[in-house]
Amino acid sequence: MASYLLQRLAGTIPVLLLISLLVFLLIHAAPGDPTLMLLGEETNAAEVAKAKERWGLDQPLYVQYWKFLKSVAAGDFGKSFKYAEPVTHVIRTRLPATIELAIFAICIATLLAIPLGVWAGARPNSWIDNLGTTCGLFGISMPSFWLAIMLILLLAGVLNILPTSGRSTYGIAGPEQTGFYIFDSVMQKNWPAVWDALTHLFLPALALGVNMLGILMRVTRSSILEVMSEDYVRTARAKGLREKKVVWRHVASNALIPVITVVGLELGTLLSGSIIVETVFAWPGGGSLLITALNARDYPLVTGLVMTYTTAFVVINLIIDGLYAVVDPRIRY
Amino acid sequence: MQSLTLESVTEKSPSALAQILPRLHVKACTGGMIVIAFILVGVLGPAFAPHDPNKQELTAMMKAPEGIGTLHVLGTDNLGRDIFSRVIHGSRVSLMVAFAVVFVSGLIGISLGAISGYFGGKVDFLIQKLVEVIWAFPPLLLGITIMAFLGQGLFNLILALVAQRWIPYCRVVRAQTLSLRSRDFVTAAQSLGSGNFTIIARHIIPNLIQTSLVIGTFAMASSIIAEASLSFLGVGVPPEIPTWGTMLADARIYISTAWWLPLFPGLCIFITVLGINLLGDALRDLLDPRLKRTGSGI
Repeated sequence: MASYLLQRLAGTIPVLLLISLLVFLLIHAAPGDPTLMLLGEETNAAEVAKAKERWGLDQPLYVQYWKFLKSVAAGDFGKSFKYAEPVTHVIRTRLPATIELAIFAICIATLLAIPLGVWAGARPNSWIDNLGTTCGLFGISMPSFWLAIMLILLLAGVLNILPTSGRSTYGIAGPEQTGFYIFDSVMQKNWPAVWDALTHLFLPALALGVNMLGILMRVTRSSILEVMSEDYVRTARAKGLREKKVVWRHVASNALIPVITVVGLELGTLLSGSIIVETVFAWPGGGSLLITALNARDYPLVTGLVMTYTTAFVVINLIIDGLYAVVDPRIRY
Repeated sequence: MQSLTLESVTEKSPSALAQILPRLHVKACTGGMIVIAFILVGVLGPAFAPHDPNKQELTAMMKAPEGIGTLHVLGTDNLGRDIFSRVIHGSRVSLMVAFAVVFVSGLIGISLGAISGYFGGKVDFLIQKLVEVIWAFPPLLLGITIMAFLGQGLFNLILALVAQRWIPYCRVVRAQTLSLRSRDFVTAAQSLGSGNFTIIARHIIPNLIQTSLVIGTFAMASSIIAEASLSFLGVGVPPEIPTWGTMLADARIYISTAWWLPLFPGLCIFITVLGINLLGDALRDLLDPRLKRTGSGI
């Protein structure tokens, strides 16, 4: 199994290389000169040439790509045009917010979807099944950004019970350590700050998680339905086990294996969903940073973010592959 | 109780179709009706829209919905434009983008998938590497990047959405072609001297239509959401074309004062996508139960 994972890990390198080439070409094929954009329209040719030289934009494309590749391999994406700081630093300060949001969205999705899916799959065509199926269908059909807007409208606008933008109320959080507000505040035993961060997190995480909830619920249900007709389930029933025990011990533990893959696959959707949800809730994470960077044509920052997101996606899928073998002893690589 | 469940399990398999039929019926009918309504409104609606969707009426700004029979049924926006007319015109863009994306990505995906599976070897390797690279992008991220660098526009939008949506077709079609190419009718065609591309076009692809139809419905649902998302982020269609996504983007700053601005365009997206997903579910159950685990294809 270790050799299989190593092989997979080696296989991701050409993929990442090609991705970097694709991103690089896409950025340089774009109309609009970043130098003019940053310096303003009223600069003279000498200033433009100087700026181009400083950023290395005057060299041929393949030289630029080679330089880019070398520095990326060293974990250096250059300096952001907009923030005038190293790209890795800018991304590092914003990423914890996205990770925090994603983790909570996954928690909401799995904690609701799996029980609902198991319940629905164990009793096909009952009222709970109909309710679950409807929820699943609504979940996959709901555009997350519209749900986000509606949640703001209802819970924050009409009922006025939850904050609608940002990660925390100004001044309530203690000094930043890891960038994960909830974790930091728990470590500092600053309970009001924990509560404050949670209330800020709830709406964005819910809006982001609903889509995954729908998909997970549907996959869990159909997986349970499939396992329910297996011989070992009949055996479990025949030896007189209670239905509840049959469903959770024998059916669910086996049916949940494909669900893990789907969680992994849906992480990509979650990452891209976070770009929109972060924009709606003014959540200071990587997604809203990407939109800012794109609007400013901040090439190094966009490249850094796109590479970070895709690498994360590739690595997560690799981990899920490994995990798959751990939870299902029948799988041997 | 125990014996009852046992019986129901053993009896289930032969009459499985009979059990899902009534459910299928409801799904197919509801989904079908929504999709037909969507197509009709998209094609004919703009001709019957009560107002010009871009006409600004400064005396009638931010009017709340007044109900059926009044001048502005669903109210007006911050520039006094009629929401009802804009929603109707928006459906045309969604319809156009959705059909174009499904058609083009289907064409690319099915062809590449069939070629990949039929020929194998180097061609297969190259195509599958391409699939792997493009699939490594989180969905939407590639679309956003393409749109941001190519600029707004209907053509670019379709291109950006096709960029990833041909992949599901390609993967499923390749897998099916692998098993189809060793079937007797293909061997027969080969021994009669048919060329490779004739075999792919005449004997392989017709066998892939059913599966592709199912993938196509889910691709349509996902491209409507993706189109709206890109327009919402300001990288979709140009702002002068009314779409559901741009309407939502415009509505964002007025959430607390005018609930009707975000409600109606979003509701349109939701209902349309729900209808297409219902139809897709029904089609899948009927045509190809093996596809069950591919999810919504978003």
